[in-house]
Amino acid sequence: MSKRLIDLQHITKSFDGQMVLDDLNLYIRENEFLTLLGPSGCGKTTTLRIIGGFETPDQGTVIFDGKDITKLAPNDRQLNTVFQKYALFPHMSIAENIAFGLKIRKKSKAYIEDKIKYALKLVNLDGFEKRSINSLSGGQQQRIAIARAIVNEPKVLLLDEPLGALDLKLRQDMQYELIRLKNELGITFVYVTHDQEEALTMSDTIVVMNQGYIQQVGTPQDIYNEPINAFVADFIGESNIINGTMIEDRLVKILDVKFPCVDEGFGTNTPVDVVIRPEDVVLVSPEKGMLEGDVTSLIFKGVHWEIEVLANGYEWLVQTTQMHPVGSHVGIWVDPFNIQIMNKPESNDEKAVESDA
Amino acid sequence: MRNLKRQLLAGPYLLWMTGFILLPVAVILYYAFTTTSGSFTFLNVSSITFSVHLKALLLSLKLALICTIICLILSYPLAMILNGMKTKSQGFVVFIFILPMWMNFMLRILAWKMLLSNNGVINSLFGTLGLPKLDILNTPAAVVFCMVYDFLPFMILPIYNAMARIQADTIEAARDLGAGTITIFFKIILPLTMSGVVSGIIMVFVPALTSFAVSDLLGGGKVLLIGNVIEQAFMQEYNWNLGSGLSFVLMIFVIVSMAFMNSRGEEGSTGVW
Repeated sequence: MSKRLIDLQHITKSFDGQMVLDDLNLYIRENEFLTLLGPSGCGKTTTLRIIGGFETPDQGTVIFDGKDITKLAPNDRQLNTVFQKYALFPHMSIAENIAFGLKIRKKSKAYIEDKIKYALKLVNLDGFEKRSINSLSGGQQQRIAIARAIVNEPKVLLLDEPLGALDLKLRQDMQYELIRLKNELGITFVYVTHDQEEALTMSDTIVVMNQGYIQQVGTPQDIYNEPINAFVADFIGESNIINGTMIEDRLVKILDVKFPCVDEGFGTNTPVDVVIRPEDVVLVSPEKGMLEGDVTSLIFKGVHWEIEVLANGYEWLVQTTQMHPVGSHVGIWVDPFNIQIMNKPESNDEKAVESDA
Repeated sequence: MRNLKRQLLAGPYLLWMTGFILLPVAVILYYAFTTTSGSFTFLNVSSITFSVHLKALLLSLKLALICTIICLILSYPLAMILNGMKTKSQGFVVFIFILPMWMNFMLRILAWKMLLSNNGVINSLFGTLGLPKLDILNTPAAVVFCMVYDFLPFMILPIYNAMARIQADTIEAARDLGAGTITIFFKIILPLTMSGVVSGIIMVFVPALTSFAVSDLLGGGKVLLIGNVIEQAFMQEYNWNLGSGLSFVLMIFVIVSMAFMNSRGEEGSTGVW
């Protein structure tokens, strides 16, 4: 594993008495693509701004490459930011925008020109030097913003929902471009988004946040397949989250039906949250199912059908390539490996559980 | 048919423009280039070279320039301070600065005449404090002072507007790219507010150049601006031809200064004018 480049220790931040981050601990490794993921107001952007130096934490330390940079101004930090609304300089040409940071660092003219060419090539906008900012589309502007940041050869690139303002197709293209850029440049990306698909596609590590607390840190596969609590399960992809009771190890009771599962160590007769992904619910003939139900809704989604099945008082969300017309009687079957058991939060306040990285 | 309707809608404005802008200008041009008997002449226009007229024009230019510079020096930092304040207080402070504009122009000048007079409020205050008398009434200083007072909002507002349009993101991006406060000011804030500065300069310089009421009331007849000369030509000598000729020259100066400022302001910004 590569070394820790950024270390956030016990970061606390509040605005006007509103706690935004509460004792946040997180480290970011060199060369990783780390995504801060969460709903709006979860503190992900504040975390990024603290790393960038635009906010000072009320308490806690920011360590960068072994040095305490908590109080360091943004212009003295070895990192660059790509802003959500591009934040290009409207009175400068594209070349001047890209050259801005280099000119401040007093690089030679030849070096700057080389860098501009290189950066424009990297973001697939060769020959755009002389154009004005206003002549560019949103996607092009965002790519210029990225070019402007990376010519300075930062150790870390901070990206604050950079694709948020783009349309779907462009967003998907840009996701692949960002992955390619990251691999070509070999620098650390810290990415903020509320889009779980974006996070899953690009990241090496995902940090799921809610209400100022880190919920879970892990690879995209970990986060998707082994969500630590109902919040993460619900936020990452769609899921059936059902109240259940852990009867004993490897046996859980949901909706008065006993399901074999693979989880252990929850004790006996413990109330738990059970998560089953809609693509893991298998529809079979009624007599083969663990429980029976009726199809109440059927929507064609392209790659699959989205079906809702009412069984034992719960509306199951099912994704399958097989069509079952509304009203048909079906059986529901779930592979024990696909049943996720999670402890229930003990109180409402603890819904946003703190978990150290 | 639709086109005709649209043209009809523009009718009132066309009438207004013809009657109150084009026609007067044409009349001024006619009088400027004719003698009292109606024959063609350049004399009215060239009379600007008479020493008394030239002196008045140069004094006007000088005072307008001083007034504009003082307004600019006062407004720019103020606009920056304003922009840095909380949104709520910003509105209030802007309101305070605009408030005097709601009072009649003449009333404001007369108020300053009272305040600055020998036995006025300011001098009695200075007297009780043991300070020397402020004897600026009937001097160019009083005229400049009052013009600054009158025209300051016209400088503050465009600069403040231009500054408020700068996104916080833009400043942060500059800082992120390594710019310190001074670099940010000269490379980002100043260029992006240039359009406001240019509008402000035009809106202060032009009325200051052509003003005559302020010098009339606060100059005590000792400060003769080109506006006063023109006013006298029309109102006292009833010499419309001379008045029009000098007005024509003044118009040229106004147009040239506006064109000059606009060409300055076009560099990468959208001018208000």
